[in-house]
Amino acid sequence: MLAQRATQQSLRRLAAGQPSMIAQYAMKKSFAPAAIGASIQTRPVATQKMTPESSYQILVEQRKHRPTSPHLAIYKPQIPWILSGLNRITGSVLSGGFYIFGSAYLVSPLFGWHLDSASMAAAFASWPVALKVLTKFAVAFPFTFHSINGVRHLVWDLGKAFKNDAVIKTGWAVVGLSVSSALALALY
Amino acid sequence: MASLRTTSRLFASARPAFRTQMRTMASVSTPAAEPEPRTKTFHIYRWNPDEPTSKPHMQTYTLDLNKTGPMVLDALIRIKNELDPTLTFRRSCREGICGSCAMNINGTNTLACLCRIPTDTTQETKIYPLPHTYVVKDIVPDLTQFYKQYKSIKPYLQHSTPAPNGKEYLQSKEDRRKLDGLYECILCACCSTSCPSYWWNSEEYLGPAILLQSYRWLADSRDEKKEERKAALDNSMSLYRCHTILNCSRTCPKGLNPGLAIAEIKKELAF
Repeated sequence: MLAQRATQQSLRRLAAGQPSMIAQYAMKKSFAPAAIGASIQTRPVATQKMTPESSYQILVEQRKHRPTSPHLAIYKPQIPWILSGLNRITGSVLSGGFYIFGSAYLVSPLFGWHLDSASMAAAFASWPVALKVLTKFAVAFPFTFHSINGVRHLVWDLGKAFKNDAVIKTGWAVVGLSVSSALALALY
Repeated sequence: MASLRTTSRLFASARPAFRTQMRTMASVSTPAAEPEPRTKTFHIYRWNPDEPTSKPHMQTYTLDLNKTGPMVLDALIRIKNELDPTLTFRRSCREGICGSCAMNINGTNTLACLCRIPTDTTQETKIYPLPHTYVVKDIVPDLTQFYKQYKSIKPYLQHSTPAPNGKEYLQSKEDRRKLDGLYECILCACCSTSCPSYWWNSEEYLGPAILLQSYRWLADSRDEKKEERKAALDNSMSLYRCHTILNCSRTCPKGLNPGLAIAEIKKELAF
């Protein structure tokens, strides 16, 4: 290995100084000159003189075109960011749902909507069972997930459970607890 | 290693003759069987600033893992040396201390030099630049904003009083121990560019790497500008865009915990 490196370094030095000497060197070492020539990499490089202003202009031009590298679509789905996204989505669904239903209930007398508990319960009772369970799960899951994951966030705010394995374990625990409790609520 | 490999290729043509000679001299030994080639496919993000109108694309390369070093950086260097010299990436120390070769490999940010090539050849490896960064070329990201943000937190010891012994500022062993897990950061930007919050708010949010460094100076017993440092972070964007997503701690190639450091800053500001 050492001998190889030494040979390579001297070859490089020769190539930098005097290209024609490589051939001589190769002959001396009794390697086939044709084979050597075939495997030496040639990378044609040309430089040009440039003022700092003009090189800065090139940079400015390049910056205008630089693409943004891919992010959400290529990042590996992992517990930390998937659950964080879900936490935000369930939070939006809960608060959005609360505001929409609350304001609809407020204005229902004006439009003659029947949003009082008795008529809604009666309407819900007439639905098929599968639809009832699905709807209840769809309402229950955002609530259970957001509540239980909220506890996880409170623990983090105390500066605890930050190790990677703790984050993964508590993450899966939240998934298990929220899905099972939402199912329990849906089937109750 | 890469340079050595180039040399061995240089003399590869001379080798067969040598080998036959050996065989005639030692006729008893059987020639070593060529191991089954383990062909691995790499898909690598390409974009050339010299063709600004062309869109970024993925280019596919295949390598025989028997002839490649164990790390992804070995594969990249071999691709550049032997398959495509136009492939552009940053690398320097090849041992995880310079942070140059940070990139997104198989969906997570890490250092190419510390990331083993998955030996399962049926799985193809995908390599992208650090996510949501401006691409300079291929897998080279523009980290100008990242370095500007680092500069903005004044990452150096600040004093208003001279050293008590007239020479240097001393620190107890306990105080020194508070900096463990903070000073090891090499600023590779893996954590910051893994943070969705930093993706959407990198103009104002400092991101996990810089906040870890902020805490490194807040936790230093010798620093005398703690209140100024805290005041600089006490706004809605610099610090509080952290929503404890914790991609940062998950992805850190040095095993540090930026998420915990940010939580400690939040505690210091709150209490």
